[in-house]
Amino acid sequence: MLAPERTWWKPMGRMEKTWLTVAFVWCVFLTVMMPLWYYMGKQNVPVETYRVTPSEFSAKVNAFVEQYKVGEDTINGVTLPVVAPPPGSDVYLRASTWQWYPILQLEVGQTYRLHLSSMDLQHGFSLQPVNINLQVLPDYDYVATIIPTSSGEFTVVCNEFCSLGHHTMIGKIIVK
Amino acid sequence: MATLAPTTQWMAGAKDDYRVCGVTTLKVDMHTERLIIANAVMAVVTLALGGIAALLIALTRWQAVHLLDAAWFYRLLTLHGIDMLVAWIVFFEMAGLHFGSTVLLNARQAAPKLAWFGFILMLVGGLMVNGVVLFNNQSIVTFTAYVPLKAHPLFYLSYILFAVGALIQVITFFINLVVAKREKRFEGSMPLVVFGFMTAAILATYTLLEGAAAVVPAFFWSLGWLKEYDPGIYRNFFWGFGHPAQQVNLAAMVAVWYSLAQMTVGIRPLNEKFSRLAFILYLLFINLGSAHHLLVDPGLSFAWKAVNTSYAMYLAVLGSMMHAFSIPAAMEVALRAKGFTKGLFGWLRNAPWHEPGFSSLVMSMIIFGWIGGVTGVTIGTEQINMLAHNTMRLPGHFHATVVGGTTTAFMGFTYYVIPLIFRKELKLKKWAQWQPYVYAVGCILVSLGMITSGLQGVARRNWDITFAGVVPGTVDLTLAIFGIGALIAVAGGIMYVTIVLASILTGPRLEASNLLLVAGTNNPLLESTKLSERDLEHPKNQPKGTFVMVIAFLVWFAVYYLANWWLLGRTWFIR
Repeated sequence: MLAPERTWWKPMGRMEKTWLTVAFVWCVFLTVMMPLWYYMGKQNVPVETYRVTPSEFSAKVNAFVEQYKVGEDTINGVTLPVVAPPPGSDVYLRASTWQWYPILQLEVGQTYRLHLSSMDLQHGFSLQPVNINLQVLPDYDYVATIIPTSSGEFTVVCNEFCSLGHHTMIGKIIVK
Repeated sequence: MATLAPTTQWMAGAKDDYRVCGVTTLKVDMHTERLIIANAVMAVVTLALGGIAALLIALTRWQAVHLLDAAWFYRLLTLHGIDMLVAWIVFFEMAGLHFGSTVLLNARQAAPKLAWFGFILMLVGGLMVNGVVLFNNQSIVTFTAYVPLKAHPLFYLSYILFAVGALIQVITFFINLVVAKREKRFEGSMPLVVFGFMTAAILATYTLLEGAAAVVPAFFWSLGWLKEYDPGIYRNFFWGFGHPAQQVNLAAMVAVWYSLAQMTVGIRPLNEKFSRLAFILYLLFINLGSAHHLLVDPGLSFAWKAVNTSYAMYLAVLGSMMHAFSIPAAMEVALRAKGFTKGLFGWLRNAPWHEPGFSSLVMSMIIFGWIGGVTGVTIGTEQINMLAHNTMRLPGHFHATVVGGTTTAFMGFTYYVIPLIFRKELKLKKWAQWQPYVYAVGCILVSLGMITSGLQGVARRNWDITFAGVVPGTVDLTLAIFGIGALIAVAGGIMYVTIVLASILTGPRLEASNLLLVAGTNNPLLESTKLSERDLEHPKNQPKGTFVMVIAFLVWFAVYYLANWWLLGRTWFIR
């Protein structure tokens, strides 16, 4: 709170220098970890994105459901198609207030190109309990190339606030 | 030798209206005094409003209690975010900026009318946004109001009024600095604390401009003048405002840390160059951090995300780690110089733990660094963010930084503003001794409860997670920890508001006669001027204890950070 001396540009003390060096090395390590994982890691944030209008995306979702529908199931009392696409294919999941459509049925260890987009507001794709979270925006087709490494029933929670029914927006992915 | 002696020119300005503080010998411009009081009162009022909302939404998220219905939950969540994250903190910072640019420089409020105009805009904007959120169902949009979620036009207008008002008050800060320099109110460099406030003011300027870039188009869009508003663009500009706004808090909080350390233990910054460089690192790199909110957004490349989220090379983090050493080290040296040289931590045992300014400083630093900083860097890592985005780990992180960190420090600082600026006796001193601890314990439990819930996948901003039906049973436990923590923190908040109101609303105006509130009649601020180079360099006074503490901190940091990579490696493959 007080004015410093006239000349305050002085060499740092021994401990200050040491701590500065240690902290800087740690910062470099933090920086290096991201590109390292980008090239070596199996879990990276998807980058692939396309522009898409809600109606275009919706048309793709409907064609996808028609082609690979294998059954029906209910979530919160609403009947939804269960869709089992072949490994390696393009898979579509549509977010709208307050529904994930359709229910996906995937195979463990297989690769899928999962397309995410919203029809209206911003939504959050939160796959539980594996805990993968991605932002879903209208007008953007966000493509995540995924390989399920565990089987079972997984819940897709919406984790971006999308107006009053937000918490009821639940989807399902079945992995066999 | 540092000096408190004012420079000569003060009397030359005949228009000056000031008093001399009997405790600090600083000159207090009367316009500044009234502006500080006005901003501080509004800060406390908005804190109280946000605190009521905090209590109710915490009791709703605590699944076993689940108090409110969905609409009220989301409405008060919106209100809580705005009142706490924006109104309380920015009002308090404006008080800090007026203090820094005049009192600490022995200078005058050069454009008081402009400053009052800015304050009134903030007042109108702040009250209006509360009214709009409470009474307009369309405006339940949460603090972020993500396009295309459309609020009432008045919602955006009140944001704009508040931001313009804040910008005007920030501009008066710079005017005061320039005028003070020109009138030679101070000689040489400005004090470190003012340097910190200046960092905050520069950050605030471009933060508020980016806020305008986000919200002004949203205002036009809500009126129908603008047909399309890209949600990705909005997010980018909004966080160009939302994240740096927290860095304004950071810089202001660090300035308050230095102040509290000087006022309660009489520190002298060990190396002005070291501390100022740390502030410069904030200035240069911290704005990149707005990318933290866009790490799992579509449309952005890995390189863009990685460079921005790491503040170029974690250089802003480096700044914080420098302060994390320099402040406790200066405290250690000051206490050792008083003769508390026993062992590594003898100085800590003899520190004034019952002085609210000291305890709030220590609590603030611990919660900010050990919880807030470590979790923030970790979840702000590009890939790790996939595990954390929009889960309760996010509010868990920023309740440690902004609440446990900034708010605790600002609360502690208030106890000195009351006698020195309001010129009222601080009432309920016993409460004031306990308040920082109560509040800190609450904040720690809130943060840990949220972080551990988020680790289990619990989404933030969610009225009822049982719909998801997947969360494991331990979530009930972690949400209960969060809920109990919230009750304790709210109790601490009530103590704070009560102390402030009891002090300023009752009793006569009283010139302060003592700097410390409970820990003695000595004046650490004046004592700090007597610390000589020899004291600082004496082998017995070296900050060995602090060095051990920062190394321990780094070990904890590394463990938490690497554990998260391990956790990421266990989830599904994704690219």
